[in-house]
Parts: sequence; structure tokens; C-alpha cells
Amino acid sequence: MSWRLWVPLLLFSGFLGLAGYQLTQPKDDVVESRMVGRELPYFTLPPASLDRPGVDSRDFYDGRPKLLNIWASWCLPCIAEAPQLEALKEQGVEIVGVAIRDEPVDVMRFLTQHGNPYTRIGRDDLSEVQLGIGSSGVPETFVIDGKGVIRYQHIGDIREEHVPVLLEELRKAES
Amino acid sequence: MIAEIGLAALWLAAALAVLQLAGGLAALRAGENSDLAALTRPAAVLQGGLVAISFAMLLWLFAITDLSVKLVAMNSHTAKPLIFKLSGAWGNHEGSMLLWVTVMALAGALIAGIERRLPEKTMQATLAAQGFVALGFYAFLLLSSNPFERLPEPVIEGLGLNPLLQDIGLALHPPTLYFGYVGLSVAFSFAVGALLTRNVTPDFARAMRPWILGAWVFLTLGITAGSYWAYYELGWGGYWFWDPVENASLMPWLAATALLHSASVLASRDALRVWTIMLGVVAFSMSMLGTFLVRSGILTSVHAFAVDPERGSFILILLGLYIGGALLLFALRAGTISEGERFSIASREGALVVNNVMLSAILAVVLLGTLYPLLTEAFDVRVSVGPPYFNPVSAVFVFPMLAVMAVGPLLRWRRDSWSRISREMALTGALLLVALVIFGVVSQVALLPLLGLSFAIALGVASFLPLRGRNLRRVPIAVWGMVMAHFGVAVALLGMASESAFSTERLAALAEGERTSVGPWAVELQAVEPIAGPNWTAMAARMAVSYDDGEPIEIAPQSRNFWAPAQQTTESVLVTRWNGQLYAVVGSSSNDGRWQVRLWWKPLVTLIWYGGLLVALGGILALIGRVRTDLKRRAAVRKGAARRLEMEKVS
Repeated sequence: MSWRLWVPLLLFSGFLGLAGYQLTQPKDDVVESRMVGRELPYFTLPPASLDRPGVDSRDFYDGRPKLLNIWASWCLPCIAEAPQLEALKEQGVEIVGVAIRDEPVDVMRFLTQHGNPYTRIGRDDLSEVQLGIGSSGVPETFVIDGKGVIRYQHIGDIREEHVPVLLEELRKAES
Repeated sequence: MIAEIGLAALWLAAALAVLQLAGGLAALRAGENSDLAALTRPAAVLQGGLVAISFAMLLWLFAITDLSVKLVAMNSHTAKPLIFKLSGAWGNHEGSMLLWVTVMALAGALIAGIERRLPEKTMQATLAAQGFVALGFYAFLLLSSNPFERLPEPVIEGLGLNPLLQDIGLALHPPTLYFGYVGLSVAFSFAVGALLTRNVTPDFARAMRPWILGAWVFLTLGITAGSYWAYYELGWGGYWFWDPVENASLMPWLAATALLHSASVLASRDALRVWTIMLGVVAFSMSMLGTFLVRSGILTSVHAFAVDPERGSFILILLGLYIGGALLLFALRAGTISEGERFSIASREGALVVNNVMLSAILAVVLLGTLYPLLTEAFDVRVSVGPPYFNPVSAVFVFPMLAVMAVGPLLRWRRDSWSRISREMALTGALLLVALVIFGVVSQVALLPLLGLSFAIALGVASFLPLRGRNLRRVPIAVWGMVMAHFGVAVALLGMASESAFSTERLAALAEGERTSVGPWAVELQAVEPIAGPNWTAMAARMAVSYDDGEPIEIAPQSRNFWAPAQQTTESVLVTRWNGQLYAVVGSSSNDGRWQVRLWWKPLVTLIWYGGLLVALGGILALIGRVRTDLKRRAAVRKGAARRLEMEKVS
């Protein structure tokens, strides 16, 4: 019996092992931003709603840490995180919103229904700012320190347990 | 009630598959005359009927949009046109698996019903293998993907179908590929049957060949249609992306092409026995592997199927059982299969062996590129393998193969001399050189497209050389099939090379009334108007396009918004001329009222798909030729037997 006849089975077993291993691995779709630790890119966004101004990257240089929340009126997890954003606002956190591929009418409707925690909301129709700061989905929340440097990235909706984490990151960003 | 009938028919069919397996195994152990073995063929035939009923019930549920059935509620919508309601039946995981087993059971019924050439024991073993494969799929359907599952409460309205998939392309593309995959499963069963009974003969190759040819024709059509669909529906202007799902359909095709040629050698010359068996196993493995990669979501792809790790594990287990089992059998048995006839390198067989090696190498290249991300991800490195790898690396094997394709069909079986075909070889070589000089030196085309253009022209002429000096009316149909298929490869190659060498692209932001140009085309954006469809609204950009200052043609590419589910798509417009296509896409508007317009002029691009169709047509001709010869041979055998009987009576 030739050993060569066993080669296909051997290769196939290797594939089976690899595929089986990969199947058991949790598929992680989270893409971490490489911009964490770096300064915000320069940008200017027009307002996304009638009652809040737009967003300029220079707004982040006033010495006070802020949250930059990437969201959209069409995004369901954004509804889920609205109460937590409200709670952060109650704690005195300044939250700047960037609405991704959105219309002012929808933005207004969303804010009247779920509350408006934002001081400014920029309109990012082509996801330029979103991609520029390394965010790959909505919602995502970034901690920006008073010198415009991205200090922390939170991917996905903010749940109750994340609120203290974000507060802690904001406190760290102050120093 | 309809859903319950469908489900019951499916369970009964599964039970019959068990019977078919048991019958086949009984024949292997106790001989083909045992009681249980007599039931194998009827079980397969009845099973085909039952599964057909089951699938018909699913179609019915979709036709009447029965929203108490989960699958219908998840994938259909009352507002959809009937044709898309029906195609919705297989535009999802459960339905497509049911379609798969339907085709498979019908194929099983067909071989059980009519295939009588092989020794009965080999046939029984083949049917046992077929039953075993089918059983796995029944288990998959019934235990983890029941298409007939009811909802506790019927819903008011369905969730629609992915708007990208509301296209006639979808109605035809997956079924075509499934016919192909299933044809290969039959070839696989034959190979396993032959291994089990150590009976690898030319008759085995002849019995298997129509199935390979049929599968190959369907795969060719499926790949061609899928490529055209992606080209005009996705709005990217590309026709092949080396996406894992595309590779999943290409790999079985490559294996089937190799199998087709090696089965020809086995059928005509009784050589390449073990190799043909191996390819039979590999071809079906590639179909299963493709299914696994697509359905498990283990690789990232533009083809978003419903991804579910549980289903992935199920398919992986099936894959392990079928292919692992077959390869184990191969390792144990292949050594005992005697070597076939020998031949010299300068012979038809020699050329076919080279062709087989090249095809296998290309298959390995594609397989490696497709699985490589899986390997690196185990070490936490994410890579995406694309055209920069696939194009040049496969080209290393494609061009030698094309050279063999030009020369091989001219050679005689068993032993030939190069000098006999020296004139033909010189002609082909001269054509190649002239084309290389013209396109390379004069037009300055890049290397790969240059080779593509030159080989396409040389092969295009060389593929007709096997007909030289023959009375065309007496050339067998199968030979016409070969000529047509090889010519089709040249035509498709010409289209691909031309697309890559001579395409021009223009991305412009136009206000209404503004003009731009692409290649020989002048384009004017006249107006942008809203349009409402049955379940979408769109912005249509009315444009006047004129070729070379000729009469303007009006086109209106759209950017569509579907509302169930909400999704935006582009409807590109293609203007086809004999010498190429204008491809126009409209994007979103910018703040200053301009519209993004993307235009391509792609000379000779349509040849890619015409070539694909020619290849498939060649396959169909070959299939007709083979089946006719078989029928004639059967008639002759019957006549001979009748005559012998008469002679015996007389004496």
C-alpha cells in the first residue's frame, strides 16, 4: 500500500480540524479604531437638526473632555442607548453627536421621541468623519480629551454597566 | 395542511433513503440477489417522487403567501410579483436546501430507474452511496432547517425579500448551480460505488460521463449567469471579484472540467483509473466545501447568506463523513486497483494529463487563496486575498493549459509524433507571436491582458483545427461540442483581456444639463426625476448618450430605495453595441444639486458571457452526442441478444 494514497485524507483532516476550530471561535466583528491615542482629524460638519449647531473639530480644543457619539435615527441600538446618554448628560457630561447618513426630519423625530442629550449634532452624509476617526459602525462613542485627542472608544450601544466606565475614562482624560 | 403534507413527504423520503442505503449494503454483503437489495432501486425512485411533492408544497405556500409559515413570513411579502414570490422559495437557506435535496433525489431516481450498464453490484453500491449522501441532507433539513415550520401566530405581512435579490437573475442562478452540484454528487456516488466493488472500467466512466457533462454545463451556465448578474446588479462595473462565494462555484467547475477530461480518457482508452476516481471525489468535495464556506459564515463575503454557526457545524460534519469516508476508502482501496493502459507523452492522453495537472494546479491556487484567511485567522491575523494574488498566480498555470488546449485535440490516442502536426503548431505559434507584437509593442498593453489577448486569438483559431480535412457532415456531435467549448474559452478570454486592457472609466458630478464623455461616448445629464415602483421609489437620471457623435440614445439609470426591508440599490443601465458596453450608474446627490455619475466604456466585454454560453453549448452538444451513441449501442446490444436468441431457437 502506497503512503501517497493517504495524502488526500491527511490534507482533508487538516482542513477539517482548522474549520472546526474556527467554527468554535467567537466571530468578532468589532473593529478597533487605530486613531485611539491620536488627535482628531480636521473636519467641519453642517448641523443635522434645527435646534443644535453643527460640529467642528476645533470645538474639542476647549480644555474639557467630551463624548463624541456616532449614531443615526435609523439605528435601533441607538434607541436602546438613549437613556444612558441621558444619564451621562445628567452627570454633567458634554455629548457631541454625529448623525450618520441621516435626514434632519428623521433626526428631529428621533430626538423628540427619545430625548436630546447632545449639545451639538453634525451631519455626516458620507460617513467621512466616521471613517476618519476609525469607527466602523453605529452606535459608537469616543472619549475626546480637552486637546482634541481620542482617548477611548466604546463600540456598540452603551448599556447601564458602561456608564461608570465612560465616566472613569472621562475623568482620566481630564488629567 | 399544505405545509404538513410537505413535511410528511420529506420524512417519508428520508425513511426511503435509509431503505436505499440498507438495500445497497445488503447487496454488498449478501450479493445483489438478496431480498433487501431488490428494494434499493424502487426506494430511490419513490423517494424522488416524494421529495418532488415536498418541494411543490413549498412553492405552493410561497405562491399563496401563507404567512403562518415561518419561512414565508421571513422571506416573502404579499406585494411582490408572483415570479419573485416563487423564486423566494429558494432564495433562503431552508428553501435552497430543499431544492438541493429535490434535485438530488430526482437524480437518484433517474439512475435507479434507467442505468443498467454497470454490474448490478456496482450499481447497488453506487445507490447506497447516493442514499447515504441524501440521508445527511434530509437530517440537516428535518433536524435543523425545517422549511415547513409554522409560526405560533400568523403575521399580518411578510418581511420581504432582499431587494438586491428581486431579480430574474436570482430566480435562475442558484438552481443552476445546484443542478451542477448534484450532478457531481452522482459522479461521487459512482466513484464510491466503483471503489467499493473495485470495478473501475471504461463502462463506469461511460455511465458517469453524462452526469459530469450535465453538471459541468449547469455549473458553466451558473457561473456565467452569476458573473453577469453581479456585473449589472451590483453596480461596481466588475464581473469577477474572487469572492469566497464565487470561488466556491469556480472550484467545483475546475474539478469537474478535469474530471470530464480524465473520464474521457478512461472511457476511450481504459487509462487514468485511480486519477478519475480521485477527481470524482474531489469534484463533489469542492461543491460541499463551497456550501460549507457560504453557509457557515466562516469567511467574509459580499454574498450575505443567512449565517449560522450551528448550520456550519452540521455541514462540516456532513463534509467530514462524506469526504473523509470517501478519502479513507480511497486510501484503502485505490492501491488495489490495477493501473490502466499506458501511453506516450506525445498523445491525446498525454495532453489530457497535462491539462488535468494544470487544472488541478489552478484549483489548488484558488483553494489555497480562499482558505488562506481561515488559516491566518487562527493566528489572529486578518487578511483578505484578492486579485493581486489570484490573477498572476493562476495565470502561471492558465497559459500553459491554453497552449495544451490548442495542440492536444490534434494528437492521436496512445502514440503520436510532434512532426505530424508541426504545420498546425507553427500556424498557432505564429498567430500568437504576431498578436504579442501587435498588442505588446504597438498598443503597449500590460502583461496579463497582453497574454490574454494573444492566447485568445491563437486558441480561437486553433480550436477549429481538429476539423481540418474532415467531412464536416460526418464529424461526431461530441467533437463539435469539444470544438465549441474550446472556442468558447478563447472568446471569453478575449472579452476578459479586452475589458482589462481597454476599459475607460469616468466619475463625474453633473448638474442637470451638463455633459461629460467616456471613451467614444458623449453623455449629457438631462434631468433627474423621481419614480415610484411597486415596492420602491427611485431617482432616475435621464441621460442622452451618443456613440462617436451618432444618434443620441436615452437611458435612465436609477438609485432605488426599497421599503420592505429598507435598503438602497443602484439600477445600472447598460448600452450594448457589437463592440462593447457603456455602463452607467447614478449615485447620490451632493449639496450643490449635482449628481454623482459613474460611467465605463468596456470594449468587447460581452464576449466574456457569450464565451461562457458557447462553452456550455459545447457541453450540451457533447452530452447529446454521448447519449445518442449510448442509445445506439444499447439498441445494437438488444438486437444482438435477440438475434442470438433466435439462432438458439433455430438450432
